[in-house]
Amino acid sequence: MCKLAKLFILFFMSSVLALSVNAYAETSASQRYVGIGRDATPAEVAAWDIDVRPDFKGLPKGSGSVEQGQKVWEARCASCHGTFAESNEVFTPIVGGTTPDDIKTGRVASLSDRKQPQRTTLMKVATVSSLWDYIHRAMPWNAPRSLSDDDTFAVVAYLLNLAEVVPDDFILSNDNIAEVQKRMPNRNGMTLKHGLWSSKGQPDVHASACMNNCVPFVQIGSTLPDYARNAHGNIAEQNREYGPYRGADTTKPPLSSLPGSNMVAATARPKVQTVEDLFKENNCSACHAKSSKLVGPSLIDIANKYRGQAGVEDKLVAKVKAGGSGVWGVIPMPANSQVSDESLHQIVHWILNDQ
Amino acid sequence: MSHKESKQRGQIRQAPENFLSPDLINDLSTHGLDDKRRGFMRNGLLAALGGAVGVGSSLNAFANSEGDPAILEKQVWQTTLGKNVATMPYGVPSIYEANLIRRESPGLTRVSAASVAFTPLQGLFGIITPNGLHFERQHQGWYNIDPDKHRLMVNGLVKHNRVFTMNDLMRLPSVSRIHFIECGANTGLEWGNVAVPTVQYTHGMLSCCEFTGVPLAVLLEECGADLKKGKYLLAEGGDGSGMTRTINLEDMLNEVIVAWGMNGEMLRPENGFPLRLVVPGVQGVSWVKWLRRLEVGDMPYATKDEAVHYNDLMPSGLSRQYTSIQECKSVITTPSGGQQLLEKGFYNVTGLAWSGRGKIRRVDVSFDGGNNWKTARLETPVLSKALTRFNIDWIWDGSPAILQSRAIDDTGYVQPPIKMLRDVRGTRSIYHNNAIQSWKVESNGEVSNVQVG
Repeated sequence: MCKLAKLFILFFMSSVLALSVNAYAETSASQRYVGIGRDATPAEVAAWDIDVRPDFKGLPKGSGSVEQGQKVWEARCASCHGTFAESNEVFTPIVGGTTPDDIKTGRVASLSDRKQPQRTTLMKVATVSSLWDYIHRAMPWNAPRSLSDDDTFAVVAYLLNLAEVVPDDFILSNDNIAEVQKRMPNRNGMTLKHGLWSSKGQPDVHASACMNNCVPFVQIGSTLPDYARNAHGNIAEQNREYGPYRGADTTKPPLSSLPGSNMVAATARPKVQTVEDLFKENNCSACHAKSSKLVGPSLIDIANKYRGQAGVEDKLVAKVKAGGSGVWGVIPMPANSQVSDESLHQIVHWILNDQ
Repeated sequence: MSHKESKQRGQIRQAPENFLSPDLINDLSTHGLDDKRRGFMRNGLLAALGGAVGVGSSLNAFANSEGDPAILEKQVWQTTLGKNVATMPYGVPSIYEANLIRRESPGLTRVSAASVAFTPLQGLFGIITPNGLHFERQHQGWYNIDPDKHRLMVNGLVKHNRVFTMNDLMRLPSVSRIHFIECGANTGLEWGNVAVPTVQYTHGMLSCCEFTGVPLAVLLEECGADLKKGKYLLAEGGDGSGMTRTINLEDMLNEVIVAWGMNGEMLRPENGFPLRLVVPGVQGVSWVKWLRRLEVGDMPYATKDEAVHYNDLMPSGLSRQYTSIQECKSVITTPSGGQQLLEKGFYNVTGLAWSGRGKIRRVDVSFDGGNNWKTARLETPVLSKALTRFNIDWIWDGSPAILQSRAIDDTGYVQPPIKMLRDVRGTRSIYHNNAIQSWKVESNGEVSNVQVG
């Protein structure tokens, strides 16, 4: 600590000196690592220091109404999360499972009575700052940092209105957000009483290191059901095909006896790249899935719409390359000019013919 | 020779007894060995082998009675010119290793840019995870960030808000340390029951690398951090998700590294190139990737991944917030779920042990479902908050067995059975399942994931 205190004094002296010459000179902070790093400008700190804490430090001034929030929601958020933030299609639901009683107690009852099949965001979150911070920093999913401060207030207001935390005519702002915090349904639902915050924390179980006759009757409580045998693909293809530990061929029932050391592996070919690999590598799978709608339409929906039309392959290649919006909704598809024509043709052909 | 053909080569097996008739032996000793009699020998052998499993591939081994054709015949790689140096300027594994790759767990996530790819622990050796097989957890996709445009800002309770370029950071005094990284949700699917078949999916959100970077303490000193007031550190990523996590500065100050190196090369983009936080012993989500900002503060931040996810729901309905430490845990990696033993006899049973609280002191292995235990050999190095490799001899007699490993760390903590954890934490906490893993070996040699008790 003494060394540290000395350093602080050094920092202080050097910074006073430097500031008098140039506020953001390269060498203002340290005499130890000369020439390394520089002071951040206030504009730089403002640009990056966007976090909002539970005590609302960092929250910008601003406001947004439930009504405005609904507009922003429908334009920017509903396609993934559903009109009422209830959708379980692309992401887990945000709203649902909270009651007026929870707003009174600050504990979400459905977290312990298990009446709600899935835990929604508003069932779990204790701090309204977390919602504001995350929506502002990372949403929408494919265009983070594109909501204004006021839009963020509005979207948070809309979500809280859906959960009946605030009324229909509510305007959320930096002035009243602390009052809203007092109505968060799970505000009392967190505990810090556990041993996993610090490396010196106390564990909550103390197992025995018994060596002999520890469990005279060994009972198997759970196994994988037979129908799940091949649910993770053929395990033979996920292990070496030589050496002592092969994978079981899960496309077939278990062997009737030990196979012996000369078992020939089921497949022994180096992997060949498929069009599906191209589809993944070029990031198409970030927004499109085979049969379900994600950010963009499903491949089956695309194939059904266009299959059989004259010249459709060339038309779609051009569309994918240029990007655009309108056919499937308002969320734009980005341009994909980085993908080669050959790959685009392969991918489009595969979508239209092989789904 | 093609890859397929090479698979057909058998190994020499002990010949079945009495495969030569007394008459033939007599004949051989009188007349010596000629082509006709060689044919008899082969036929006698085939008859003796009749009905055995796997005969097809063993034929080559016995086609020539003088030994293994893999030795007796000249192989193409022995008789022709090999490839030039730098044919592959950045080397890749043998084509025969193509099965050991990162894999997603089907049905686990719905969007591949917010998903997990698991490390194939079933095929790895030692304690270091090859960079291309390090597990991946992305929250909003990954990018190849231009290192020239990457900056690290340090602000908050510091005398000077500072900005560092990669040039700056890589000039500072660096350290290289080996540490494990484990996702807090590793083994999370198994809280209620057996859910996935192999160690890749049960334990594969686990990797271990030598990380190189500047100690956090050096950077914070350099910026004049107020460590009396500042007990918390917010780490923020530079990607679209702007991932943020609160670090326990009081506890971790002297262990955290601001790292750019990973097993001797720069970080891989999917693991945070060019800069990530290394927080030894703490769950992977806190090892913020594409690290762009560190803020020293006087309270925890309740970020999305501390307020909505990465909380451990208890049976009471309360959620444990800011759970971070990965408690002592181990798993047998071979033989493990989904694998197929070919024959009885000797095996080297091997696995990994680790603790977020320090070093591994001991690992015990049971072959009878936890009734009796034997202490395994720990391989060196045994490092704090790093994977430790253990090995133990096993002669399998062909009867069903249940294999388990149980690690003890240098705080004396003993890895618990799943039932003991469930009694305290229920089955819905998702995170921090460090229970003993059981693998059942059937008499047909197939190994499967089971839970005991």
